[in-house]
Amino acid sequence: MAQARTIAPAAKVDAELARRLLSQMLLIRRFEERAAEMYALGKIGGFLHLYIGEEAVGVGATSTLRPDDYAISAYREHGHCLAKGADPRRMMAELFGRRDGLSKGKGGSMHLFDKSKNFLGGHAIVGAHLPLAAGAAFAIKYQGGDQVVLCYFGDGAVPQGEFHEAMNLAALWKLPVVYVCENNRYAMGTAIHRALAQTEIWRYAEMYGMAGDAVDGMDVLAVREVVGRAVERCRREQAPTLIEARTYRFRGHSMRDPSAAVYRTKEEVEREKERDPIRLFRARCLKDGTLTEAEVRTIEKEMNDLVDEAVTFADASPEPPLEWLTEDVYKE
Amino acid sequence: MTYREALNLALREEMRRDPRVFLIGEEIGLYDGAYKVTQGLLKEFGDRRVVDTPICESGFTGVAVGAAMLGLRPVVEMMTFNFAILALDQIVNSAAKLYYMSGGQYNVPMVIRGPGGPAHQLAAQHSQSMEVYFYHVPGLKVVRPSTPRDAKGLLKSAIRDDNPVIFIESETLYGIKGEVPDDPEFTIPLGQAEIRREGTDVTVFAYMGMMYRALEVAEELAKEGISCEVVDPRTLRPMDIGTMIGSVRKTHRVVVVEAGAGFAGMGSEIAAFVTESAFDDLDAPVERVTGANAPMPYAKNLEQAKTPSKEKIMAAIRRVCNA
Repeated sequence: MAQARTIAPAAKVDAELARRLLSQMLLIRRFEERAAEMYALGKIGGFLHLYIGEEAVGVGATSTLRPDDYAISAYREHGHCLAKGADPRRMMAELFGRRDGLSKGKGGSMHLFDKSKNFLGGHAIVGAHLPLAAGAAFAIKYQGGDQVVLCYFGDGAVPQGEFHEAMNLAALWKLPVVYVCENNRYAMGTAIHRALAQTEIWRYAEMYGMAGDAVDGMDVLAVREVVGRAVERCRREQAPTLIEARTYRFRGHSMRDPSAAVYRTKEEVEREKERDPIRLFRARCLKDGTLTEAEVRTIEKEMNDLVDEAVTFADASPEPPLEWLTEDVYKE
Repeated sequence: MTYREALNLALREEMRRDPRVFLIGEEIGLYDGAYKVTQGLLKEFGDRRVVDTPICESGFTGVAVGAAMLGLRPVVEMMTFNFAILALDQIVNSAAKLYYMSGGQYNVPMVIRGPGGPAHQLAAQHSQSMEVYFYHVPGLKVVRPSTPRDAKGLLKSAIRDDNPVIFIESETLYGIKGEVPDDPEFTIPLGQAEIRREGTDVTVFAYMGMMYRALEVAEELAKEGISCEVVDPRTLRPMDIGTMIGSVRKTHRVVVVEAGAGFAGMGSEIAAFVTESAFDDLDAPVERVTGANAPMPYAKNLEQAKTPSKEKIMAAIRRVCNA
């Protein structure tokens, strides 16, 4: 088994970087908590999949990208979209199904897209966006660019044929894509050992002749280091990487699975919460003096305010006009 | 020029015209195409733009969708359209819906082309009318080009279109010859039907092989004094309802011929909109002549019985004319 990467605790983190990583993780956490509240109030409908507990992966990985790099994700994508720089107000408006939403209210929680940030969207057929990521990387290479594509997916996508088709094509054609598997150990209610004959997901890389690595997905700096190395190699050599980030979702699969009690124990969830990526990183920054208590409190307040503002904005945004129903079906 | 050469020319001209156009599919490069539609293109454009793939229809169709999101204009070849079922999720859930789901941010300018429909003893899995799987889907355009001229003009329009276009050719038509304009700017807009033969007594809607069969029938019935107007929709979505209804208002009688199984087929849709838009113009109920509601058999005699025969088409026309 590959060792999950950790950063030596002695290495002091740059204060500006620490502030950025903590801010983004807190923004996502707060956004998701408020989204859950809004769902309970009936402001958000359909499926709502929360990213709570997994913030270190999206934030650590995205922190290694340039703004002109691309990211693409599945249906648990709020965190990735926020990390890529999307406006939380327009994201919340999309969750509310309002006209100022990123997708004009037509996409919803599972289909957030932000072309201005090169966020290629949330895709909700498990595994289907892995070939799309390879295609975006194909286009970059075709056009002679040096951007990379970061593709997030869950452990639930690994048994799908499209995972294997995409791995093969990305490696065969040496495409500049980094596949980041967020292994939270449950595909909906199916534990990984009930779904995969090989549960160490990073090992599939070897079969396809690409670089593979595993990382502690609860350690934002470790994620940043491992993904950063892959992104650099990708940019330099246009070689893909598969990274398995070991993480955990603290909430149910979706809001319709609030307790998650059938397929995992309360003890397990409580134990995993001890690895809360935000708590760990905050403690670390305070301990080594990177940030002060006062600074952390300021960041918390700023992020809470941003999300409050997003909720207010979403609530004030009108419903999409009825004539939008049949617009954007075909591009004229 | 043959139908096959017309397609080849369309691809060649569009690749010369627009560096964003590239081809991707199985055996299209080194092998020159299973049906030789892409012959010589690897030599002219190289393997950057003529991309041979392993056998993974869903994977390489998804690659094309992702590339189209970044502004390239992929032309995907399905060696036969039957294999597109493996990529159905990418076509229906990704290509067709991304523009809508992203609120107009990401469009998917791509063509998926290849042969489909009845051929010669290819049996059930390689011989079926695939258009029905696609024309139901909002976001897709669906083309079935019956002549070499249409093959060129419509394929060029499909490649220039900003939406995903399903372009289904036919193994049985690759060798047919016809006049094809050599002007590289010649195109035929999507969504325009073509009146193949003018007539006054009955409108026969048919495309691909069935269009040719309908023309033969029309020729024979002319001797009996029945004047058939044969209309080829060419694009099944969007369909040229104006031209088609215009013909119905002239002849007052309609027969739809389709090779595929009839249940919920193209004929059902045409019969529905003719009834909705021109009921008062009709002098007889709309008749459908369709393939049998069975998979395609291998045996030659059964295969022939599966698709609408001249006799069946003729009988339907006589029925509506005598009604």
